[in-house]
Amino acid sequence: MTAIETRGLTKRFGTFTAVDHLDLTVEEGELFALLGVNGAGKTTAIRMLTCLLPPTEGTALVLGHDICAETAAVKAVTDVSPQETAVARQLTVRENLLLMAGLYGADKAEAEKRADELISVFDLEEVRAKRAKTLSGGMQRRLSIAMALVSRPKVLFLDEPTLGLDVLARRGLWKLIRELKGSITIILTTHYLEEAETLSDRIAILSKGSLRACGTAEELKTLAGTGSFEDAFIALAAEKEEL
Amino acid sequence: MRFRAFAGRNAKELLRDPLNVSLSLGLPVFMLILLSVLGKSIPGGGMFAIDTLAPGIVLFSFSFTTLFVGFLIAQDRTGSFLVRLSSSPLTAVDFYLGYSLPVLPLAMCQMAVCFIAALFFGLTLSVNLLLAFLVMLPAAVLFITAGLILGCLFPDKAVGGIGSIFVNIATIFAGIWFPLELMEGSVFYKICHALPFVHIAKAGACAVSGDYRALLPHLLWVMGYAVLFAALSVFIFSRRMRAEKR
Repeated sequence: MTAIETRGLTKRFGTFTAVDHLDLTVEEGELFALLGVNGAGKTTAIRMLTCLLPPTEGTALVLGHDICAETAAVKAVTDVSPQETAVARQLTVRENLLLMAGLYGADKAEAEKRADELISVFDLEEVRAKRAKTLSGGMQRRLSIAMALVSRPKVLFLDEPTLGLDVLARRGLWKLIRELKGSITIILTTHYLEEAETLSDRIAILSKGSLRACGTAEELKTLAGTGSFEDAFIALAAEKEEL
Repeated sequence: MRFRAFAGRNAKELLRDPLNVSLSLGLPVFMLILLSVLGKSIPGGGMFAIDTLAPGIVLFSFSFTTLFVGFLIAQDRTGSFLVRLSSSPLTAVDFYLGYSLPVLPLAMCQMAVCFIAALFFGLTLSVNLLLAFLVMLPAAVLFITAGLILGCLFPDKAVGGIGSIFVNIATIFAGIWFPLELMEGSVFYKICHALPFVHIAKAGACAVSGDYRALLPHLLWVMGYAVLFAALSVFIFSRRMRAEKR
């Protein structure tokens, strides 16, 4: 079944076109990466798909719900882990998880069950009673992603989840993301080529708001006629970015 | 459940910051003690009469709620936390009430602490204190909604500075630190009486002293401003929520 289908999805800010007639289809359970350099339109696309930003033109369906006409239904089945770590600083790890479960309508018992499950899955046991502001950057990011999962979304948007993390924290998060694969649909934005290649089932390369290519890492290498994914990305994104 | 969860988070964010607690409760009590002692050392003893000082100090403590609410909203807006909240099923009403209502119990605590502290400096324990408590509630609404406006209009780095200016304006124009009657007839005196702050202090003082006839005009003045600030905050808050989506 199709999880996301964008139909000419476009966002303009004045004369600047951030996303230009994006047509994409993401299947349920897929880990789909939006890859591009800074300003390619990845975050804007995610903000539209999570109903944070209305499209200027076109629309998208998320699990059959129109992002323009059915925002409540879309919000009920999606969650987002924003680019910057988004945690309530004075709340403990467990309270942060309980908060998000509560915001999505879970009762106390259900919220506690989900929070404790995620604390275990995300290896946050040792810091469960610690306030978020005292955690390391890697731990905060881990909590931030766990907070996006506590609502049990069917589609999870991870916006640059490893941005600014050291290599160990990054690899730790990759492991967690891999474990989520298949159970929910994940849309991952990144400008780390290795991250997209390693984690994703399929990759869409965005450049200046336009879709340049879409396929598996192998398909993209074949399309570009290159031996490495980095060369493929440069070849496919180059025309628009004029590298 | 959604509103409660959000309001609970905001209450914890405010109350778990030791600086917030010490500023909102500790500093007003310190000023009450300081001014009471100073007042007693001034010949005549009428400079800081406790009946007028105590409501003034309550106003001073309320002014910090403006700062806290403003800072909380601005901080959420500046960081990514508002993105997370906005992508949840929270409605605009949930947001507005979630930011404002948890501060009301804090304001009531501030009132209770200030009046209890004032009892040690000569304030009479009577039913009038309960009336003063009720009379000061619209003022709490005014200061909380001022915080909502501040948080919507300015980024977190600016809120601290602008909030401090607001605290100073509120207390100076309320005539807490010096008797405004010394400047009766001046432009400053007229400006003070056009603003709500002096009326808050006077309404509280009238309630404490049981001067019910003099109380009503001041109370109406305060309630009018409270309604104005609340309406303005709803307008600015809803505009800000829409702007965040552009």
